[in-house]
Amino acid sequence: MTTLLALPYWQETGIKLGLALVIIPTTSLILVYLFLFKMMAFMQSRLGPNDTGPYGTLQLIAEAIKFLQKEDIHPAQADRRVFRMAPVVVLGSTFLLYVILPAGPDAVVENLDTGIFYAMAVSSLSVLGILMAGWSSANKYALLGGLRAAGQLIAYELPLILAVMGVVIQAETLNLQGIVVAQATGEIFGFGGIGNPFIFTQFLAFLIFMIAAQAELTQTPFDMPVAETELVGGFHIEYTGFRFLLFFMAEFGTAFAFAALASVMFLGGWWIPGFDVDDNILNVLGPGVMLGKILLISFFIFWVRFTYPRLREDQLQKFAWKVLIPLSLANIVLTGIFKVVF
Amino acid sequence: MTDETPPEENVDVDEKREALLISFSEILGEDLVESHLRANEDLWLRIRSESWQDSTRAVQSAGFEYFGFLSAIDWEIAPEGRYEDTEFDGGLDEEDDEPVEIDSSTGYAGGESRFQILAQFYSLSQQVGVILKTDVGEDMTIDTIRDIFPGADWHERETYEMFGISFRGHPTLQPLYLPTEFEGHPLRKDFPLLARQVKPWPGVVDIEEIPEHLEAQLEAEVMAAFEANGGAS
Amino acid sequence: MTATSDREQMAYISSQAADARVNVELDTGDMTLNIGPQHPATHGTLRIACQLDGEQVIRAEPMMGYMHRGYEKLCEVRTYPQCTTLINRIDWLGSFANEVPFILAAERLMEVEAPPRAQWIRTILFELSRVANLALFLGDMGVQIGALTPVFFAFRDRERVLNQIEEVTGGRFHPNFDRIGGLKDDIPKGWIEETRSVMVKMRTFCDEMEDLLVGNEIFQARCRGVGVIPPEVALGYGLSGANLRASGVDWDLRRDANPGLAWDQIEWRVWTHPDGDSFARYWVRLQETREATHMVDQLLDGIPSGPIMAKVPRIIKVPAGEAYVSTENPLGEMGYYVVSKGDLGPFRVKIRTPSFNNISIVPWVMKGVYVPDVITILGSLYFILGDIDR
Repeated sequence: MTTLLALPYWQETGIKLGLALVIIPTTSLILVYLFLFKMMAFMQSRLGPNDTGPYGTLQLIAEAIKFLQKEDIHPAQADRRVFRMAPVVVLGSTFLLYVILPAGPDAVVENLDTGIFYAMAVSSLSVLGILMAGWSSANKYALLGGLRAAGQLIAYELPLILAVMGVVIQAETLNLQGIVVAQATGEIFGFGGIGNPFIFTQFLAFLIFMIAAQAELTQTPFDMPVAETELVGGFHIEYTGFRFLLFFMAEFGTAFAFAALASVMFLGGWWIPGFDVDDNILNVLGPGVMLGKILLISFFIFWVRFTYPRLREDQLQKFAWKVLIPLSLANIVLTGIFKVVF
Repeated sequence: MTDETPPEENVDVDEKREALLISFSEILGEDLVESHLRANEDLWLRIRSESWQDSTRAVQSAGFEYFGFLSAIDWEIAPEGRYEDTEFDGGLDEEDDEPVEIDSSTGYAGGESRFQILAQFYSLSQQVGVILKTDVGEDMTIDTIRDIFPGADWHERETYEMFGISFRGHPTLQPLYLPTEFEGHPLRKDFPLLARQVKPWPGVVDIEEIPEHLEAQLEAEVMAAFEANGGAS
Repeated sequence: MTATSDREQMAYISSQAADARVNVELDTGDMTLNIGPQHPATHGTLRIACQLDGEQVIRAEPMMGYMHRGYEKLCEVRTYPQCTTLINRIDWLGSFANEVPFILAAERLMEVEAPPRAQWIRTILFELSRVANLALFLGDMGVQIGALTPVFFAFRDRERVLNQIEEVTGGRFHPNFDRIGGLKDDIPKGWIEETRSVMVKMRTFCDEMEDLLVGNEIFQARCRGVGVIPPEVALGYGLSGANLRASGVDWDLRRDANPGLAWDQIEWRVWTHPDGDSFARYWVRLQETREATHMVDQLLDGIPSGPIMAKVPRIIKVPAGEAYVSTENPLGEMGYYVVSKGDLGPFRVKIRTPSFNNISIVPWVMKGVYVPDVITILGSLYFILGDIDR
């Protein structure tokens, strides 16, 4: 974009930020409608919303309006300031994640050199928000949910980061655009037609990343913090109205962001075969390509969510520490060896 | 009972229960006050109240390890008649304003007190059940069998709150169903059913009688429809 | 701590725990959590006060009575036909099966026997209500564990069975169809063929549940070894139905007590499992559902012809006496002890419900389990509130 319009830095940033702020609710809207409403309904042999708007597309807007017009209440014993800050913290970490997501060679809010590192760091902020919500609600169920969340989210950060390390070693850069370029210009056994999407060479890392992402998003089978039939909502049990909407948006916005990260790191990002990496046309096509890849990955995330029962907390922790971390460490070692040898 | 069963099977089950009765008389001795046997159906034993715990233990050792239930019966006839407004009142006294007819002796295996404890156990190996009854004295207490059958815990709590019978040795004799402020013991016959006092039992009175001249015609129509459908399909 | 002060403390905890406050003035380190009375996992208004140490349960105590309707007292002031309207609301998922033991007890006292056709159709409806009841359980156990989807399939397929029951009796949930001496009506034309096809669909449903849940590693990890009940304890508490058979005890009232319906005229088997954990209870109920569909098929093949109602007087007066009849209901052993003094209504009815005994084992089985396991165990013991509270 800097080649098309020579705008001062602040105006350009302002436009980008404005776009991002609009896009984030829209993306969570798309995900919620497609997967939570419709796909879940079809899987359960029912229809889902089909009244509001054509095929129920405006349902989430109706729900947002409903949430916005609710009374702003909080439990009498709750710690008011922390109670109010908690959803903001969680949503804030989601917004910060969108800063580095690339949708084209230049269509990114800020192309940080420490791309992946920044993403992992910022996504851990949500743990703080969940703990704040669980503790300040003055509700035992919320407390249990918050404590479970703390344990689970911190435990699954490690496999997430270690899985990403494999990609970083192979791409030789932390920069997200650099990772896309590495996949676009790479070759598989000398054949350069489809580049070298890391999903082939880093399949183990891809699996670990998807499992850890599922846990980071507190989706079933890792939804102990929000176990509906036990804790009736877990850490967000006392939140209604707009604050609950913030949690809701944060959950699906983060799902979108993680799916975007996965498609950047493993599926080749905004690049499709047949184009050069520097083509300006990719700034227009790129978002569409990204959307397609993100929907594909989200499909798997939600498909698993609606099928599997949930693991108990101790089984969950065992799985993370005894299975996922050793595997991801092995993956790093192997990647390093292959990188040096080949 | 069934006319398809050959008579030998009747006698077989009879023998089983009669043998059981004989063995119980030997085991329980004096504690067995009275008994009643209904062929093919059940065996009732009435136990002396003082030896309720020991007899239950003996019954359990005899193979009856499955806990059925434990409850009580209040043999007083309820002061308010049930069918005040019906003309078919056939079983109760006409003078309903004379209350308190207590006759526990009409129950199987007899009885001498107003309240009787009732318990049922199964023997899985012999595939037969036994019903134990015992009288409850004026002091309204009886031993608990909670240490013998752990399941009796809740049953005894329910009997306590419904009838007012306390169980010696039960650590937590608290109400099970009723809220803590509730007064009285509902299943006693002198505990009034308020709905029945406010509004006498409608029974037949609620329905308008079919006028006699139409009754025969109605019955004929029903029979005709029945025949037209070919009887029972 | 003596037993009484424990009790008082527990009562104090329970009264306090209704508020959403952390009880800091009691034992340090222990927390009291109220599961219920409004909670998605309890099938109705059951309240379990748990004393927790972190996530482990130290003591769990069920408190019920939120739905106590006083059936035993109500039955004393009603005539026998009027009682059946009440009692099919005890276990509201197993519609027809509630009425059967009571009617059989009254018939035993009157020494009346329903004609064979009525006995066969009673058995068919009994097994159909078993299929409907257990189908819901198979899906519902998934929801307790976290799998959201199977329960929708369960509801969808259960509708088919309920439609069949409705065609005969006129009511999906509360048929009020059994009469002393037989049944109210005969089966409509075409019902036999429809029910056969519904049974085929229910077998497909059972296979689906087996694929979705039984083979699932997470389901097995959550259920295996959780809530083990040894057979002696089960007998002492009076557990019944699949709970008892999942602990390895081979006892089924349909085969062993013979109340008089048509079970001894068809081929079927009793399923047991040696483990006694939650998975065993689920597995036994799955097999029982399949077995029930096979039984219905056999029964449909052999319905005898004849009258549907024996000759009983229009106004039914049951002679004096006492009778106890219990049958193998979907939830377990349900029995009615009927005391009659020779008039229009019973003198005393003691209703022995399976869930009452099944839930009395909760304080024993919940020592030392985690909070998620509490839900698993409750789900696998499978109770209905109307059954506990009567």
